[in-house]
Amino acid sequence: MSLTIRYFASVREKLGSQEAVELSALASPTVGALHDWLTQRSDAHAAALSPERGLRTACNQALCDADQALADGDEVAFFPPVTGG
Amino acid sequence: MSDELIRALSCVRVSPEDFDLGAEVAALRAGDPGVGAVVSFVGTVREWQAAPSGGAPARMELEHYPGMTERSIAELIVRARARFDVRGVRVIHRVGPLAVCDQIVLVAVTSAHRHQAFDCASFLMDWLKTRAPFWKKETAGGESRWVDARESDERAAARWSQGEGEGEGGA
Repeated sequence: MSLTIRYFASVREKLGSQEAVELSALASPTVGALHDWLTQRSDAHAAALSPERGLRTACNQALCDADQALADGDEVAFFPPVTGG
Repeated sequence: MSDELIRALSCVRVSPEDFDLGAEVAALRAGDPGVGAVVSFVGTVREWQAAPSGGAPARMELEHYPGMTERSIAELIVRARARFDVRGVRVIHRVGPLAVCDQIVLVAVTSAHRHQAFDCASFLMDWLKTRAPFWKKETAGGESRWVDARESDERAAARWSQGEGEGEGGA
């Protein structure tokens, strides 16, 4: 499964704006499982994607929860709570 | 993508460019004899820290998620149109570098009577602040920091949830 991962704001500053990942290891691919897999990639990932940061997630540019199922080609984004307006 | 969403997308502009409140409102109500009320809200960059004497002026950088930003605002407009009896809706949000006193966001709504326009504009701003993917970074006195989300904004959006979804009370 090929996924595009995108990061914004403080997460982007730590991990870059995007990366492509090939996932075959996940038995049931969800946004939550992807998050856990990403945190094991490096110390920087673990720090930037720490649950204490209250991150939000989006799948294919729509806000989603951790149980959102993933499909090949999906774009998944991780970012801090939004502060526009 | 539904026709409603496509129509709503045409009401949204996200760009670094400034906007002219008078021109936007004039265009929104132009030629619509059903309009009896126009409500507009403009959000601006407030000074969050007094400028240090002789130092660089404070500035703000607004980051967003291109594509998702426009779509999420358009989805809010579709929800707002289902909920309020309004005629025209316009939402403009700036991105990129901004200075203190600059305009950030415009929400303008027209309706036959005032309450629907007031409530719709308030609904759109409350949800935009908690759902649309924008992030503010402030720089002053040589230090930068990402603005923290405010719990009060979440509460403001949540008050509109009463009467939506399961609580709607049937069809």
